[in-house]
Amino acid sequence: MGPIYILWLRELKRYVRSRAQIAASLGQPLLYLLALGFGLGPIFQKSGHGSYLQFIAPGVIAMTVLFTSIFSGIALLWDRQFGFLKETLVAPVPRITIMIGRTLGGATVAMIQGVLVIIVCLIAGFRPVNLAAVPLAFGFMLLIAVVFGALGTAIGSVLQDMQGFQLIMNFLVLPIFFLSGALFPLTNLPKALGIVTSIDPLSYGVDGLRGALAGISHFGPAIDLSVLCILAAIFLGIGSFLFSRIQL
Amino acid sequence: MIRVHDLVKTFGEFRAVDNISFQVEKGEIFAFLGPNGAGKTTTIKMLTTLLKPTSGRVELDGLNPAVKQNEARQRFGIVFQDPSLDSELTGYENMDLHGVLYHVPRKIRIERIERLLKLFELWERRNDRIKQFSGGMKRRLEIARGLLHTPKILFLDEPTLGLDPQSRNQLWTHVKNLNESEQVTVFLTTHYMDEADRVADRIAVIDHGRIVAQGSPAELKEQTSSDSLEQAFLTLTGSSIRDESAGSADQLRQFAKMWKR
Ligand SMILES: Nc1ncnc2c1ncn2[C@@H]1O[C@H](COP(=O)(O)OP(=O)(O)OP(=O)(O)O)[C@@H](O)[C@H]1O
Ligand SMILES: [Mg+2]
Repeated sequence: MGPIYILWLRELKRYVRSRAQIAASLGQPLLYLLALGFGLGPIFQKSGHGSYLQFIAPGVIAMTVLFTSIFSGIALLWDRQFGFLKETLVAPVPRITIMIGRTLGGATVAMIQGVLVIIVCLIAGFRPVNLAAVPLAFGFMLLIAVVFGALGTAIGSVLQDMQGFQLIMNFLVLPIFFLSGALFPLTNLPKALGIVTSIDPLSYGVDGLRGALAGISHFGPAIDLSVLCILAAIFLGIGSFLFSRIQL
Repeated sequence: MIRVHDLVKTFGEFRAVDNISFQVEKGEIFAFLGPNGAGKTTTIKMLTTLLKPTSGRVELDGLNPAVKQNEARQRFGIVFQDPSLDSELTGYENMDLHGVLYHVPRKIRIERIERLLKLFELWERRNDRIKQFSGGMKRRLEIARGLLHTPKILFLDEPTLGLDPQSRNQLWTHVKNLNESEQVTVFLTTHYMDEADRVADRIAVIDHGRIVAQGSPAELKEQTSSDSLEQAFLTLTGSSIRDESAGSADQLRQFAKMWKR
């Protein structure tokens, strides 16, 4: 228990101490919310889908959790570069414990960021339709954080240095976000796009979150929940396998 | 305590460690000396579960570190050649994190952290973040941290790199004490021959991944009919400066591997 706690605490301390980064990481969601929420709002309304701000806010929250958790996983690369990884890898603690501590820490940070963005959304005018469903929304945020935190760890375990980072950003993280239905409804999509969105794990996170917060759901919460739980188990498995094989 | 038999590590075509064998007995201070790029750190990495050997046998206290990783890790402590602190955390937090990872009980942890930080004159700066530390202070903290738990085997990879004479003295005195009072086996590398001469019971000289001589400091001097260990070392390893890195072809190969995986 001690090692998990201390590694979790480390992630949290690093987060709290990087105030500039916290501010910077809130800028992007804010931009999406304002530019898209208000910019596309009128068109969205006219096409009969209701308020775009209501629609996009859960997407923006999911985006924040996605980015924060996947990067906290990939931060493994930084720890490798600056040497701290060695210190944890030679400690008499099973690697799975180390990975759990790190992932929980990353997930907690992602949750905090998510809550900050929820507050921003509330200020911008977003209103949850059903307060009783808010805990469910937190559950979905946590699942998103764990799924992508584990994916980040898997990636960070395999990459040897920073060179691959840009590649991951452009060909994995951004597509996961843009093809998830965070920004557009999943109904009546062209067939190909429909297939792609349905294999994007984040689609289920966004859908679940939107169901809980805005009362709009495409797959239904039961499917969202089960898909995410299964994916969390798979990614944690892959992540811890790759993490346990790291050599320095 | 440490047994190594026909150990090999290759990076691509390059043989960084080439068929070495040696033994270190319990309670011994063993120095592993060699020019830059000789394969010292690579050997230590294989002994400390960070790297899998290409071939050969390794035993730490009767355990194979490649198989019984956790059991092996419980038996050693290590001070790395390269930095391994978390620069966003304070000196105290780095120590505390280490203590928790190594299961040092809370009371003993608090007490030892204070003693070691005072010993290496870091107590006043304990609440500063590592990024505000000077190079030597970071180095001292790495050493203090490595001594926080009392392992059966202590690996010290160039521990005195960048340290002032006071701290160096402090370190070796402390290590000698640990060795005598707790029977800690010490495996060290250094480029300062006078240090090796002073603290080591036995020495192995490695060059180009191979062990070229083994014995007590006195034996090595006698073998090479030199009056100082430095001279013996130069006689054994020649006086040309070593190419520190593997060839660029190997680096390309490493790079290619990164994508293949
Ligand atoms: N990951 C790696 N990939 C390719 N080559 C490597 C790798 N790690 C080490 N080497 C090579 O293996 C050789 C031995 O390196 P090692 O770090 O063990 O030397 P060393 O004896 O510790 O030297 P120094 O005194 O400079 O610390 C060097 O030629 C180095 O370039
Ligand atoms: Mg070295």
